[in-house]
Amino acid sequence: MLEATAPLLDVKGLHAWYGESHILHGMDFHVRPGEVVTLLGRNGAGKSTTLKSIMGIIGKRRGSVMFEGHETIQLPSDRIARLGVAFCPEERGIFASLDVKENLLLPPAIRPGGMPVERIFDLFPNLKERLTSQGTKLSGGEQQMLAIARILRTGARFLMLDEPTEGLAPVIIQQIGRTISRLKAEGFTILLVEQNFRFAADLADRFYVVEHGQVIDTFASGELEANMQKLHHYLGV
Amino acid sequence: MQALYGQLLVGLINGSFYALLSLGLAVIFGMLEIINFAHGALYMIGAFTAYFLLQYGGLNYWWALLLAPLIVGAFGMLLERTLLRRLKGLDPLYGLLLTFGLALVIQGVFQNYFGSAGMPYAIPDQLRGGVNLGFMYLPIYRGWVVIVSLVVCIATWYLIERTRLGAYLRAATENPTLVRAFGINVPLTITLTYGLGVGLAALAGVLSAPINQVGPLMGADLIIVVFAVVVIGGMGSIMGSVITGFALGVIEGLTKYFYPEASNTVVFVLMVLVLLVKPTGLTGRAN
Repeated sequence: MLEATAPLLDVKGLHAWYGESHILHGMDFHVRPGEVVTLLGRNGAGKSTTLKSIMGIIGKRRGSVMFEGHETIQLPSDRIARLGVAFCPEERGIFASLDVKENLLLPPAIRPGGMPVERIFDLFPNLKERLTSQGTKLSGGEQQMLAIARILRTGARFLMLDEPTEGLAPVIIQQIGRTISRLKAEGFTILLVEQNFRFAADLADRFYVVEHGQVIDTFASGELEANMQKLHHYLGV
Repeated sequence: MQALYGQLLVGLINGSFYALLSLGLAVIFGMLEIINFAHGALYMIGAFTAYFLLQYGGLNYWWALLLAPLIVGAFGMLLERTLLRRLKGLDPLYGLLLTFGLALVIQGVFQNYFGSAGMPYAIPDQLRGGVNLGFMYLPIYRGWVVIVSLVVCIATWYLIERTRLGAYLRAATENPTLVRAFGINVPLTITLTYGLGVGLAALAGVLSAPINQVGPLMGADLIIVVFAVVVIGGMGSIMGSVITGFALGVIEGLTKYFYPEASNTVVFVLMVLVLLVKPTGLTGRAN
């Protein structure tokens, strides 16, 4: 049934460059509304670059990135954001010169229906207690929560999360996992980049394996067991 | 004692101009990472705009106070869009050279038409005269300049440190790419920020017109001291630049009373001392 719905995000033949170095060599994949899709792959395979290219914050890109039927490959990143694409970067991007509340309220609402701040505090009670702290004084886990929390307010329904569990303690990773499941249950569409395969395995509907800037394989979550051998080989674990 | 209070007042007034100008420089530097050497020339254009509005438009001081910052701010935004924007990603030295060149061109054009001598600009009727404070005589216009400068500096500080718009500015100073990826038009924000900094310089120019005459080199003389103020206060700190501006004006005034020979150099001596002890300035952060 899912196959029948048009993709929310449709990436075709995406190439991207950092200065002179050619990172993405024709990425092809799609994400349907309500799905959680994970990009897997070794370090340097081009997963983060893929998210940045969709967001429009990479030096040079070519190919096609369709979002809700709009071609975005030529658009600047602020226009892409206003179409409803929200990005949580790998380095989290919490602002040192802003307190927690200002960080949380920074991204402007781009359409109605964003999550009310009260609901956000439901999901991340820690943040409520630290509203007046400087953003970068939070622990790594709290910064990650803040980085996710602030993009839930804007009304964007498509979230790109770049390694949300990186460097975090297991108990925090579990909390972030529960949050992502709740977001999925509420109908958010999520494109996840994750090194932590076991974390991703519990959450994602589908997986794409990325190598040398291309998609080399894809599985649905049901096909995971059968393909374990291949995956271990791809990821080098 | 009369003379001491007199010099203190002169110091406060000079401090008002230092504060307004170094505040604008700090705002611009924070966002554009450009040391705006054209700031003195833009201050001068502000004073000339007041003069033109009166001579050719029949618009008095109060109109000038409102219109000159808008007109010169718009001119600044034009400069940002057409010239400064092209320096993005280049060594900051290019920004310094470009704005310094702009200052020379602007001053040269004005000198060509108006010579080097200043032209008088009358104090508006409502602000003429003075009041006797008991311990000294205070010309009303000078008190007005200090108050306007204080109010504008505090309002600008509030705008940047306490409002949502200010949060955009601070965030975009740190990580413009990410702020843009949240849907904020950062290039427009940069243009408006430059316009704001330039508008503050023009406002200082209008305030200064009735005190110092309106002349093409009025900015060139002042801006050297203002850069010393900025170095002492620390580039990029809003409150730091305001406080340092007023403080150095007062210190200069006191020096005029106690040791007049040093009054022109005291700011630079302080600058050297601060640089020796704390190279990032009093409130600056190492970066």
